[in-house]
Amino acid sequence: MPTEFTPLASLIGGGMIGLSATLLMLTIGRTAGATGILSGVLFPASRGEGAWRLAMILGMIAAGPILAFMFGVRPNVVPAIGLPQVVLGGFIVGIGVSMSSGCTSGHGICGLARFSLRSLVAVVTFMGAGFATVLFIRHVLGA
Amino acid sequence: MKLTVVALIGLLFGAGILISGMADPNKVMNFFDILGTWDPSLAFVMGGALVVNLIGYQVMFRQRSKPLIAETFHKTAPTIIDVNLVGGAMLFGIGWGIAGFCPGAAIPTLGSGEIAPLIFVTALGLGMVAFRLIRPALPSQPPVA
Repeated sequence: MPTEFTPLASLIGGGMIGLSATLLMLTIGRTAGATGILSGVLFPASRGEGAWRLAMILGMIAAGPILAFMFGVRPNVVPAIGLPQVVLGGFIVGIGVSMSSGCTSGHGICGLARFSLRSLVAVVTFMGAGFATVLFIRHVLGA
Repeated sequence: MKLTVVALIGLLFGAGILISGMADPNKVMNFFDILGTWDPSLAFVMGGALVVNLIGYQVMFRQRSKPLIAETFHKTAPTIIDVNLVGGAMLFGIGWGIAGFCPGAAIPTLGSGEIAPLIFVTALGLGMVAFRLIRPALPSQPPVA
């Protein structure tokens, strides 16, 4: 299913993501990595460690209703694939990001901005695996 | 005060995800599908986010020794490049290609009221739990993110 190429909206939205990562470090000195934030809420080391992460997640979730009801912005968030595929992908992502201690936000946006070689290796690997997986599913399996 | 500030930063992050198109799993999968219905939008999301944060981080770390409302910058990522990092990133990329969501893009989609994001984040959480169960059996233990 084709999707519309949206360079301007993507650049603006991307800039907002980058700005929030800078602001999180500037205010409370923390990395805006979704993996660390989510796992810190699921398995909090202490109450203080869980609290800011939960606040961040609640803010992220609130963005949807606020954009929808105040600005009428409702982007599609539903994949054109079956739910079993969503479950399988989600489970594999959960194992992978825990094992590599980070994902697109932590390694990609925060790690690379600190010139972390470790994050560069992670980003090249997961991007490469993403391309390979979709190309395999769509052009080899033909799904 | 601190938690309110963080929630507002989360709001900015979530709005950025939704506006950028990163929250749309079909756009993500099309970004990876360079031989088919290719949609290069996500390069602009990641490029925009990285450029802004790179400038932000580099200026901030040169000018400040501590954050505004905390004692230290937490930059404790270990520098090791091992099988956990590469293997984990590979698994992440595979799962990302299968489902079209990554963790940071999926969380803001929870506010949409749709069922697929909820199912993805639940499976993601179960994967994180599963990893903690298999973690002791790994050859070297990665740090908890």
